[in-house]
Amino acid sequence: MAIQDIQFSKEELARYNRHIIIPEFGEESQLKLKAAKVLIIGSGGLGSPALLYLTAAGVGTIGIVDFDVVDDSNLQRQVLFDIHEIGKPKVEAAKRRLEALNPHVHFILHNTHINSGNALDIIKDYDVVADGTDNFPTRYLVNDATVLLDKPNVYGSVFQFEGQVSVFNYVSSKGERGPNYRDLYPTPPPPGLVPSCAEGGVLGVLPGIIGSLQALEVIKIITGVGEPLSNRFFTFDALNFENRTFNIKRREDNPLNGLNPTIHELIDYEQFCGMRAVEEKPVKEITARDLYDWQVKGKPFKLIDVREPSEYKIVQIGGELIPLAKVSDHADQIPRDIDVVVHCKAGVRSLKAIRELEEKFGFSNLYNLKGGILAYIDQVQPELTRY
Amino acid sequence: MAIVIIPTPLRKFTNQTARLQVEAGTVGEIIERLTLDFPELKKHLLDPQGSLRSFVNIFAGDDDIRDLQKEKTPVNTSTVISIVPAIAGGNH
Repeated sequence: MAIQDIQFSKEELARYNRHIIIPEFGEESQLKLKAAKVLIIGSGGLGSPALLYLTAAGVGTIGIVDFDVVDDSNLQRQVLFDIHEIGKPKVEAAKRRLEALNPHVHFILHNTHINSGNALDIIKDYDVVADGTDNFPTRYLVNDATVLLDKPNVYGSVFQFEGQVSVFNYVSSKGERGPNYRDLYPTPPPPGLVPSCAEGGVLGVLPGIIGSLQALEVIKIITGVGEPLSNRFFTFDALNFENRTFNIKRREDNPLNGLNPTIHELIDYEQFCGMRAVEEKPVKEITARDLYDWQVKGKPFKLIDVREPSEYKIVQIGGELIPLAKVSDHADQIPRDIDVVVHCKAGVRSLKAIRELEEKFGFSNLYNLKGGILAYIDQVQPELTRY
Repeated sequence: MAIVIIPTPLRKFTNQTARLQVEAGTVGEIIERLTLDFPELKKHLLDPQGSLRSFVNIFAGDDDIRDLQKEKTPVNTSTVISIVPAIAGGNH
């Protein structure tokens, strides 16, 4: 809807009064918010506060992309959700909460995994995108899609105690385009070098802070009030309470929009991020059902759990606890004469443990439990606690 | 000599030290010194060919060393060097 066609009701004028009375903001900025369409990719740790504040602020149309369902372990930081929504699709749970907060906002739900096949279609009708995803392939996908579609991308990212924010691909009032994620980080780390939040953890308040900063930048971009965080890169160390704002620039060798662009359409981002690299030899795997079979039949084998003691306390399936960081120290406790099944939460750490044991100590009797304890709970013992 | 800020994900390789004083004249010498003092840091900062990894940015003061003289960027006692690796978390 064009701004001149928008009129606020009395309820809306009262609701947005604290915005409208700011001289630099005024009713004009509030009208721009109502006319705007914003897409939030990921409704988790970053998306939760961003969605709450943008809904409260009165953005007219908000799209939400998420394929996941609400889980117990989300509630430590994903403040959009409560215990009644566990097991339900996040986009629907989010909409229920946000509509109760502001009935003047129109929500568009994308209950899907964003990928190279659908990203352009999902993003094309929005004015601004905020990226609150949680893995490198999707970060590069969202970056490339927003550059190809000429949309500003408000980037936020967290890990443990560290947060990052920037506004990518923003065109200033002088018509100058700012850098994007590929200017900042040309390539992602190889898989396994940097742990994910699911493995490495994140302090719950931190995405609250960073997601709120993303909401702030979205509002500034829409209204034109203030200076968006374009050409700059903000980092926050929650542990020491230190923040820094660095200058960043576009680079000539950017394959999207440098001097000689080579990327003209979305690519295979799993491959780009090395997720399908074949140089490492595969390890032997066992499914949860087959493991259960071994247990029922009394086959001699040993089960090793490479998670952390805190996870073991939540739920365990009878494995001997040897956390990933200690497997080499305890290699002599691992039998070689019978099969050994190694498991973690979802199968990534156990894969690392097996590679380490095979490379350093020459084990050849190790099996990775596919999907980890989560798969075992789903397929064999659903009464156990998921986390 | 310069002050180096180690990001939280890499502090496990520097005995949890967040700030280090490093005796060096350039950014390249700082990296070399760090990887000698803390060998575990090496694979996170340098690729197998010994070049700075493209998912790790080094800033001298507020500026990306790629916009200065890269590894040859000179440092002095008041220079603050920040190491900022890419992180991707936020949804789950």
